[in-house]
Amino acid sequence: MDIAVLIFLTSGLFLGWSLGANDAANVFGTAVGTRMIRFTTAAAICGIFVILGAVISGAGAAHTLGRLGSVNALAGSFMAAFSAGLAVYVMTKFGLPVSTTQAIVGAIIGWSLFSETLTDTNAMTKILATWVVSPLLAAVIAILLFKLVTRVLRISKLHILRTDAYTRLGLVFAGAFGAYSLGANNIGNVMGVFISSSPFTDFSIAGLVNFSSVQQLFLLGGLAIAVGVMTYSKRVMLTVGGGLMPLSPVAAWVVVMAHSIVLFLFASQGLERILASYGLPTIPLVPVSSSQAVIGAVLGIGLLKGGRGLRTRVLGVIGAGWVLTPIIAGVVCLVGLFVMQNVFNQQVYRPVAYQISQPVIDRLAAAGMAPGAISGLEGKRFASAVRFKRALDAKEGLGPEDKARLITYAELDEMTVDAVRIGLVETGWLTIGQTRALRRLLGRTYPRKWMLAEALIGESAGWKPLADSKVNKAYNKELRGKLDFLYRTFRTAR
Amino acid sequence: MELSRSMALFRRTKALENEIDEFLDKLSESALVFRQAIELYLTDGPGAGFDEKLRQVNALESRADQLRRDIETQLYAQTLIPESRGDVLGLLENLDSILNLLEGTLWGFSIETPDIPEEFVKDYSGLTEMAVLSVEAIVMASRAFFRDHETVGDHMYKVMFYEKEADKVSTKLKRAIFGQADLHLSQKMHLKSFTEHIDNVADKAEDVADRLSIYAIKRSI
Repeated sequence: MDIAVLIFLTSGLFLGWSLGANDAANVFGTAVGTRMIRFTTAAAICGIFVILGAVISGAGAAHTLGRLGSVNALAGSFMAAFSAGLAVYVMTKFGLPVSTTQAIVGAIIGWSLFSETLTDTNAMTKILATWVVSPLLAAVIAILLFKLVTRVLRISKLHILRTDAYTRLGLVFAGAFGAYSLGANNIGNVMGVFISSSPFTDFSIAGLVNFSSVQQLFLLGGLAIAVGVMTYSKRVMLTVGGGLMPLSPVAAWVVVMAHSIVLFLFASQGLERILASYGLPTIPLVPVSSSQAVIGAVLGIGLLKGGRGLRTRVLGVIGAGWVLTPIIAGVVCLVGLFVMQNVFNQQVYRPVAYQISQPVIDRLAAAGMAPGAISGLEGKRFASAVRFKRALDAKEGLGPEDKARLITYAELDEMTVDAVRIGLVETGWLTIGQTRALRRLLGRTYPRKWMLAEALIGESAGWKPLADSKVNKAYNKELRGKLDFLYRTFRTAR
Repeated sequence: MELSRSMALFRRTKALENEIDEFLDKLSESALVFRQAIELYLTDGPGAGFDEKLRQVNALESRADQLRRDIETQLYAQTLIPESRGDVLGLLENLDSILNLLEGTLWGFSIETPDIPEEFVKDYSGLTEMAVLSVEAIVMASRAFFRDHETVGDHMYKVMFYEKEADKVSTKLKRAIFGQADLHLSQKMHLKSFTEHIDNVADKAEDVADRLSIYAIKRSI
């Protein structure tokens, strides 16, 4: 085990800790703020279910990395995780609920700028869209749900003590469920990049329960999140649960439910797949943030009550926090990477070069691109994606699709299917056909990603993506995840 | 673990609901016994019948006190209804003070044995009736607060109505007492103080009603 891996692991744990400190407020903030559940009880339930979610459901999706997966060197991941964690920590210190995902995306943008990798413009628009979409959707759902619940309560004429007891129970269940999904969804971000260098080994308890190294790693990450919840989440909880506006217990429950419904409806690929498979129209999957959904839900109830009692100053501070989070993460990451590279002499990114060689030209011609369009670029080597893109931009007559294709096919990324690393590919995850195809490629070297992918397709139809449609979306996504995993595993440059 | 705790919570909740209901029953019953006691006094004067009724109200009052303390302790010890327990506490204590007024008035009759001239008996009886009706209305309003706060207002206006009626009767009665030439001033003062004792019950009921309407508004938002 490499000692450097352990040092790098600390930043993942730090990110996990700050995530716990901040995001636990989304599920238990209103319950604690209305004094329906004591903080210690909430922290205990939250901690337990976060760990369960991380270990049980998180490991299932372990192969598809979190967003930090796009960072291609361990020291770079360390810095990105650290700066995201720091940004979230600063916001938590001020008691502000912010989106951890946005902090991570901000940090990755910082890394992309530093390493001259192309910044995903999608990620930028995603951040901007979430600021508006999540709170808006949550507010609408909270208003509808609140009206429904109050009507039901009016008709059922429950004793206030009974209403109180049901609400409490509802808050516990909703909170436990929320904590479980929090662990399952975010563990990839916290620990994903360390999977390939996990210091743990698999073991099984009495031959019954298998405990893989990934699960052990995720348990560690889950513990970090749980510690964050227990040690530092109280302030954000109080902001969510009462700082913005005083809530009644029933309203507190409505807020948690509205937040969960928004996440389920607009972020659930499972639901999309089910709807699509029955030929029903699907709900467009828009980016949503749970922190922003919770604030939106509180706002919705505030507006329903005529806007009185809403503390606009707190609202302003929360909004400012949303804007600042990705910026802080990005800037800290940029500066940190510079220091890491130049002071500590660490490799913070693996340079990715681009070259339009003959096979690339042939492949592009097969894809239907005019051969003359790239004249003058053949054989030239570009040291980074940004430089390559600049050269492409200077060429006239290339559409955005052509450019995207060129960037995909010209990327140099050598990988060798060797016997040792093939053992790292778990058999259960790939299908039998896929595994066989991979084994047939043993010993071969591919200079580019697409070449390995096409070689695999040549060996087995199991590697061929299905036609682009809503029903097939999830299948293709998983296929891409598997290919990404192979690229990472067999990459020659480490 | 959490589930079994929740089941326990539901059992305790049920027990507490019953205690609150019983407390309101005791108050309502006290008002009814109060009316019987006054009627007995007005017809037969002080005697065994009246004393028996006084003893009943005493017993009801101490049981209600005990219930109130128990409810309050449980509400706080188990952090139930955190956002309305202060209101529930205030409501119970104010209702309890109505009970104390009923008891105090009967003790007053028992100790001071006021001599009530025949011509005032009807008005004293009417005043008592209004006071008792206002107490019953506030009990109904309180029950509504716990189960169906939307209808609190329906009972509230009755409390206001009976209180006003009680005021009218008591003013009329006091004028009549002081307009009576053959009564000694000391007896007039004595009779006036008993008029006020009874009228205070209705006034207190109105005070509670005012608070209750605020509590109900708080719960509705």
